[in-house]
Amino acid sequence: MEKINFDQLQEELYHEKLANGLNVYILPKKGFNKTYATFTTKYGSVDNNFVPLGKEEYVKVPDGIAHFLEHKLFEKEDGDVFQQFSKQGASANAFTSFTRTAYLFSSTSDVEKNLETLVDFVQDPYFSEKTVEKEKGIIGQEITMYDDNPDWRLYFGLIQNLYQNHPVKIDIAGTIESISHITKDLLYECYNTFYHPSNMLLFIVGPVDPKKFMDQVRENQAKKNYKEMPEIKRKFEDEPLQTGQPKQVLEMNVQTSKCLIGMKALHVDQTGPELLKNELTMNVLLDLLFGKSSENYNQLYNEGLIDETFSYDYTQEQGFGFAMVGGDTENPDKLADELKNMLFQAKNGTTFTEEQLDRAKKKKIGAFLRAVNSPEYIANQFTRYAFNDMNLFDVVPTLEKITMNDIKTMASEVISEERFSVCQVIPKK
Amino acid sequence: MDSTAEKITTMQGYKLHVIETDKYKTNTFVWKMKAPLTKEGVTKRALLPHVLQSSSANYPTTTALRSYLDELYGATLFIDLAKKGEYHIISFTLEIANEKFLSDPTPLLKKGFELLSEVLTKPNVSGNAFDQETVNKEKRTLKQRIQSVYDDKMRYSNVRLLQEMCKGEPYALQVNGEAEDVDTITPENLYEYFKKAFSEDEMDLYVIGDVKEEEVKSLAENLLKFEDRTPKKVVTTEIPKKDQVNEIKEEQDVKQGKLNVGYRTNIVYGDSDYFALQLFNGIFGGFSHSKLFINVREKASLAYYVSSRLESHKGLMMVMSGIDLKNYDQAVGIIRDQLEAMQKGDFTDQELIQTKAVIRNQILETIDTSRGLTEILYHNVVAAKDIKLEQWINDMEKTTKEEIVAVANKIELDTIYFLTGTEAVK
Repeated sequence: MEKINFDQLQEELYHEKLANGLNVYILPKKGFNKTYATFTTKYGSVDNNFVPLGKEEYVKVPDGIAHFLEHKLFEKEDGDVFQQFSKQGASANAFTSFTRTAYLFSSTSDVEKNLETLVDFVQDPYFSEKTVEKEKGIIGQEITMYDDNPDWRLYFGLIQNLYQNHPVKIDIAGTIESISHITKDLLYECYNTFYHPSNMLLFIVGPVDPKKFMDQVRENQAKKNYKEMPEIKRKFEDEPLQTGQPKQVLEMNVQTSKCLIGMKALHVDQTGPELLKNELTMNVLLDLLFGKSSENYNQLYNEGLIDETFSYDYTQEQGFGFAMVGGDTENPDKLADELKNMLFQAKNGTTFTEEQLDRAKKKKIGAFLRAVNSPEYIANQFTRYAFNDMNLFDVVPTLEKITMNDIKTMASEVISEERFSVCQVIPKK
Repeated sequence: MDSTAEKITTMQGYKLHVIETDKYKTNTFVWKMKAPLTKEGVTKRALLPHVLQSSSANYPTTTALRSYLDELYGATLFIDLAKKGEYHIISFTLEIANEKFLSDPTPLLKKGFELLSEVLTKPNVSGNAFDQETVNKEKRTLKQRIQSVYDDKMRYSNVRLLQEMCKGEPYALQVNGEAEDVDTITPENLYEYFKKAFSEDEMDLYVIGDVKEEEVKSLAENLLKFEDRTPKKVVTTEIPKKDQVNEIKEEQDVKQGKLNVGYRTNIVYGDSDYFALQLFNGIFGGFSHSKLFINVREKASLAYYVSSRLESHKGLMMVMSGIDLKNYDQAVGIIRDQLEAMQKGDFTDQELIQTKAVIRNQILETIDTSRGLTEILYHNVVAAKDIKLEQWINDMEKTTKEEIVAVANKIELDTIYFLTGTEAVK
């Protein structure tokens, strides 16, 4: 077990890579009641074309299967695991993103038992035809719920504009049609390929004794029989740099229109410190352009084009990435035009001052301190960072090093007509 | 549970609550002001905090104010409105980094406090009116905010349930005010309301973090002073009993139906059977091991989400679920059956033990965040009680099955609201 100190933050992190390849991290948090643990596999909705364990050929699996598998893993021959957790006073949950599936619990008592339950249930799949069929009704309602949600439709609409081939454009839950093709055998095939300990990470944060918990996990894993895994082969079709569609308008049962503009990221093959710097630079650029203290924000708010739903965000993972800006608006076309102009002004050399940059960096540093108050944030983000070969605790030093030149280079490279797109939701006539 | 050691001091015009803890890397201020919910006041009250946080005397534009917050290592300032019982509560939350984690020694606690004081007491005013432009801007945003409820069908159906269920009671009013009243607000009458609110509301300040009580007290004495007051209490009137369940169906172009069911629990925070009610709600629909989740979702496969929650100060319980349009009768039937089962005592000791464990866990988790802790402590202010968290947990642990069955029999189904799709109507 190695110990890593983060002096300025007054945090210590313990790490060990177990014999079967599982990476375990423990962050003790004194004074907290809650322990939060996540058990995450590097397998998400984009992993839909791969070579199954023990086979040679690539297979394409139905859309939404990673998420379906997440639901089904909770069910065992003798009932569901939620029951087990709540008997032990814990609340359990799970989520599937584009690139990860995470299982988690939080509890303030019986932490050892809950940890055992978490690790064991994820490592002991039980799928039957009957329960797979029943789940189709529940997930069908989940999909329908999102269909009625204008913000979700807007978000995915924009990704679908931006990406032509990459599976990031597929809704994480799939469609009612696509999930109808899911069978128990397909679930086992995905499970066996992606749920090997060497493709997973366990993170525990809370008022815990690291040594004791590391011993527990080590013992638990030693009892289980895992053969060494070959590297997982995933296939993604080539994705052009250009967006697929510059604009899409969705008509929905809403009173207020919504507008998001987006831009496809460059350099999506980055990992490690390079990716960290790239995404932080992009985040600072967006802050300078659209943060509440920016002139742009003030202008848009004063013109009545935006309200408090206005937000901006940058996502980058291996193989895809995008920036998004927008929110509710009375005039979606005008907002799209103005946001675009603001972006292109930045490309052509906007006059950000050193003072503004300094403030934007300070703001990000404060936001990071606030975020590490949260065990959930630490566990989830640390895992995401680790899967991309980055370290969450490098955020502040990396931020401090961002220069005006980095910002300008970023703006001039990334902002481009061919990577730009707009998605709007407007009231149905 | 030492983190709930709340030190309360009566200051001029408000109460100061200090919670010293070294759990966090930030310090948090929560300013709360509470007044009875009224038709005349609700919309101004919903607008006021937005105007106050938009600019101030020394930071007369949003850009200036927000730049200063960024300068203070991205201090966050946000406001929040809530209904608790028949009260309308405004909260201002300011969270700021603790400088001990920074290389820069700027005294952020003091600066944060000064800024909070600036926003609350030195508004951007000329003569006897708020800045006209700010008010106009915020009125426009308020209208959008009120309107946006319509577009989120989950929130919309919850609002509609309460409007139908509590017709004629203040609780039916929307937390963000009423659209038709926005235009009647002027920079003058809003300023008038501002003075009234700060001289009549019950006001509380929570300061949570690695702070010293004495230091906070002396900052508070210097920076925040108001007139003393006796806060207004809501006089609750007896709600006439409905002779039959109120059933409302509304059609809209939606794919998923939203089923919202409202009950009168006839129990509020501070009542002796309040903890039994918490347990009732937990077994009935509060968690993923609850009857509603097991029977509506897991067994009948009708919904992705189905749960119940309490409004502790108003004595309501609300069930919400998203179902297929054609499954209305079946879902309502299952939900009704679960209440009946509870009333007959048809639940196991295991379910009871499980629910106690989960609620205990939930409370302890809630107080791990400074906001959660504030919300738990503030219950006592709203209800004018002094129930310690330890007592809360102990009383809950001691609650028996009989007490829960007694609570179940006090609960009355009041209103069923269904937002249904246009295609469902033949």
